[in-house]
Amino acid sequence: MPASTETETRAEERPADDPALEVRGLCVDLHTAAGTVRAVDHVGFTVRRGRTLALLGESGCGKSMTAQAIVGLLDPVAEVTGGSVTVAGTDVLRLSPGKRRKLAGPVLSIVFQDALTALNPVQPVGRQLAEPFRIHRGLSRRAAREKAIELMASVGIPEPRQRARSYPHQFSGGMRQRLLIAMAVALEPDVLLADEPTTALDVTVQAQIMRLLRDLQTEHRLAVVLITHDLAVVAQRADDVAVMYAGNVVETGPVREVFAAPRHPYTRGLLDSVPEHARRGERLPAVPGSPPELSAIPAGCVFQARCPLARERCVTERPVLAPVGAGRSAACHFSEELAHA
Amino acid sequence: MTTTADPATGSAPPEGAAAPPGARPPRWWRLLGRDWAAAVAATVLGAVLLVALLGPLLIGDRAVRQNLDASLRPPSLDHGFFGLLGTDVLGRSVLARLVEGAGTTLSVAVPAVLCSLVVGSALGMWAGFHGGIRESLAMRLADAILSFPSLLIAVVVLYVFAPSVGNLVAILAVARIPVYLRTARAESTELRSRLFVDAARTFGTASWPIIYRHILPIALPTLLTVATLDFCFVMLTESSLSFLGIGIQPPEVSWGLMVAQGRQYLQTAWWIAVLPGVAIMLVTVSATVLAAWVRLATDPAQRWRLTLPRKRRGTRPVTPEVTA
Repeated sequence: MPASTETETRAEERPADDPALEVRGLCVDLHTAAGTVRAVDHVGFTVRRGRTLALLGESGCGKSMTAQAIVGLLDPVAEVTGGSVTVAGTDVLRLSPGKRRKLAGPVLSIVFQDALTALNPVQPVGRQLAEPFRIHRGLSRRAAREKAIELMASVGIPEPRQRARSYPHQFSGGMRQRLLIAMAVALEPDVLLADEPTTALDVTVQAQIMRLLRDLQTEHRLAVVLITHDLAVVAQRADDVAVMYAGNVVETGPVREVFAAPRHPYTRGLLDSVPEHARRGERLPAVPGSPPELSAIPAGCVFQARCPLARERCVTERPVLAPVGAGRSAACHFSEELAHA
Repeated sequence: MTTTADPATGSAPPEGAAAPPGARPPRWWRLLGRDWAAAVAATVLGAVLLVALLGPLLIGDRAVRQNLDASLRPPSLDHGFFGLLGTDVLGRSVLARLVEGAGTTLSVAVPAVLCSLVVGSALGMWAGFHGGIRESLAMRLADAILSFPSLLIAVVVLYVFAPSVGNLVAILAVARIPVYLRTARAESTELRSRLFVDAARTFGTASWPIIYRHILPIALPTLLTVATLDFCFVMLTESSLSFLGIGIQPPEVSWGLMVAQGRQYLQTAWWIAVLPGVAIMLVTVSATVLAAWVRLATDPAQRWRLTLPRKRRGTRPVTPEVTA
């Protein structure tokens, strides 16, 4: 992100410094046949309006589960057992389903990864895009349809009036993702969660979609939570990053600083494994091993089994997320060592 | 538009290629015109409906007028229009009785099927969507209804209350509710976990609107197909109840009752039982064919198949030329 826009948003933010979304100590338990496991363990982060936070981590680390807990879409087997999710000053986890429904859309919304399954295959897209307006604003069918067509134009769908009659399968993948984004921003929410919005798309379309998201963000001053496993996307798009591992946030901070000097061995391992730094003929550096089973998370540090710095202390004592500089924290006993390494 | 697709393998045309942007979906009567089987079925059903509505005005009392001189006449051209299909043992015109019976049969079967379809589907979708205790309750209700032989309930109820058309419809409707309830529940439990239902939830859609907008349109074709099959079952149940003497009461007449009454003359006068049987079969087959067509025509991803010329459909790879 160019420096000028960042200072602009900062200047605008200063007077009212309320975070648009504040997640604190969020815990999600999964009740499985084999017992209860913790999929999300005391996850916390804040996002202010106009800013983007990237939730980074490998598959199965709990990032999507965190997003589902925030928007209230968890499966019945999953249960939020603690923490708070504050959006626009209210803790949505403690609201009744009816009140929560009122906030869903105008305040908080989500863009899904798989646009084909996120759209109803038997309804013309115009009707689906009109739905939020019908529900929250009580618009007539005709008025809602006009709004939907406007919305389609605003996300760059050519000939929106004609295309409103088409069905989801008649659109290309990129166009479908645009539709989904349109539906998510229809009611001009404060907070937008984007759950791997570009994973299913090819690279050129990815860039278009990310550009669209950025334009919408600056236009509506959205607080965006970008869930991804793509380091390049994080580096380009996000202001802040929260790195997750096995249900825990292991490091947070401004993207530029975290990527320049990681203070957690996992973040460091991730950055080292980017092929750009590799030389031809050499093996790509990778984080050895694989993440622990949720049912067998060790008592100490969650990353101990794969960590090059692991010592006795890591086996017994779980490191907490502690400040390691301005706006940064890391959950490692030896983050100082990394700083000087 | 220039993409080829292979209808034989059942693959949908590639995304973005099925229709030119903004093409209105073709009108249903146009689609019906392209499929001769469905068109014939629709014509048959339309004709039966017309006969049921207008027929009784034209035949007067011929359906019940007895003429013992004309007893058990075979179908022939010699005895005027009403003798075309022969007469029964009391000399009543089979043709007139068929026309009269069409009205009675439809006025029992159609409301019974519609009632059980509406109640069963609504209950099933609600149960499947919410799951948990509501689902258990609805399913146990279905089990309770299914655990009694429906004929037995019908016999008991119709003995206790007067065997009128209203009671008959009510008992048939209740007895068939579990079929729709189970189908709708199965569809709904599968659909509620789909992402587009989640997506609707993320912008605050309540349960009934989700059921109405996202689940019903997908479950409906299946439910309609079940309903047309059930239509046949209900007509036959009505006939067996009439046969037992607790269904339609003579001198009223229904197709089922005619089959039942004609059974004992099957060796000497086949036309009394066979002709109403053929009528039941014609209506049922037409309803089934039409239901299959409706299922295809209401599916946006499959609809284009109906716009292909019949002889080319499903034989070799073709270019779908979708007309606007």
